[in-house]
Amino acid sequence: MSPADFDKRQIINDNTVKNITRVEELGYELTVDEVMTHTVKTFDVNIKMSEVLEISRQEHISGAPVTKDGALVGVLSMEDLIRCLYVNDLDAPASKYMTSELITVRATDPVVEALKIFVSTRVGRLPVLNKNGELEGILTKGDITQGLLDALQQDYASEELRKYRASHLFEDIESDRSSLILRYNIKQGDFTNGGAASSNIKKALLRLGAAPQLARRCGIAVYEAEMNLIIHTTNGGVIRVEIEPHMISIRVVDDGPGIEDIALALKPGFSTASEKVRELGFGAGMGLVNISRCVDEMVIKPSLENGTLLKMRIYLDQSRIGAIEPD
Amino acid sequence: MNLEDIVQKLDLTLITLSKDLTALTPSNGYASDLLSCVMAGAEENGIWVTLQAHANIVAVAALLGLSAVIITEGAQPDEATIEKANQENITLLTTSQSTFHIVGKLWEMGIRAF
Repeated sequence: MSPADFDKRQIINDNTVKNITRVEELGYELTVDEVMTHTVKTFDVNIKMSEVLEISRQEHISGAPVTKDGALVGVLSMEDLIRCLYVNDLDAPASKYMTSELITVRATDPVVEALKIFVSTRVGRLPVLNKNGELEGILTKGDITQGLLDALQQDYASEELRKYRASHLFEDIESDRSSLILRYNIKQGDFTNGGAASSNIKKALLRLGAAPQLARRCGIAVYEAEMNLIIHTTNGGVIRVEIEPHMISIRVVDDGPGIEDIALALKPGFSTASEKVRELGFGAGMGLVNISRCVDEMVIKPSLENGTLLKMRIYLDQSRIGAIEPD
Repeated sequence: MNLEDIVQKLDLTLITLSKDLTALTPSNGYASDLLSCVMAGAEENGIWVTLQAHANIVAVAALLGLSAVIITEGAQPDEATIEKANQENITLLTTSQSTFHIVGKLWEMGIRAF
């Protein structure tokens, strides 16, 4: 982000709001006093420029606010010092060379306000005033950069912590058998949200520390089951995913109309989907075939009276593959 | 080869938010309009060519981790689909050309089936 980006984006509407980066957001969230330098070296208005030169050299400062009886009256920068040196006028008081046209920010302003000032003026540092108009600190572009980097670092650390906590969930909680159960209610005909449950499950698995390949297999299997509920059921159904350290068990239930010929349904390319649904690209007759490719075990219990129960398992530890027990 | 080269050569229109397309390097390609076939056949990081333009293509692309979807024959996804693609960080490209034409051009550029 360059400060110019802030300047260009004066009006924020719904369309531009999604383009805002985290750094820009932070520009609005962080306040000036969170990033400014608090301990301020100041020069008295009557100090000689030769002393300013000496102090600047000793303390490695490139400018400071100038005060008179404690009140801010100007800012003295390296540029001012050079002007003074150029005409060899080091005996002059600070008041002669300081910039007395005061541009300040308030400590409580968002950082973006300071950025706007840095962009529209050519000042290198801004005195920061508290609500009583007293000098509270000094702000440079460097302070802002440092402040933004610190905030981003904190963001990153907290996301890492969340990931760490999620991936250690099973180690941190002790029981004889721990599992995490996720349930998703799927509505019949809800094509707009088709794929939402499967993509949420995939994300959950990744956050829990699952290998990307495993999360992908699970995502594909659940996607097909999800679309089956949307396309083929009377009232939708429920997907229940149970995550354990050694396996993922998925149960998909609906209450009808059931599958008439299960052998046909399992045949690649066979589909009972309507013409309308096929036009959308569904009904390839590959759903159950895809599921069986992605999971280690699959059991389907079709019933014309009670709807269909589909059970799938994916093992994290391949040696544990065994027969799925009947329900 | 990156997505920027592909967009330039094939004169595709980017309809999702602009991003650095040079950073996306599709490693393979797949073409089908049947979503379950795509689920079975498309590989991660691949480029998918289809004339389907409804919201579910985004779900498929996100689940498979595809690098981009090229929507052919002038089909246009609705606003909600584009919005969803932006949320899922999926790149959608459109063209008035046919799937056959686009796949041929991609092959010429060196994109192969997995």
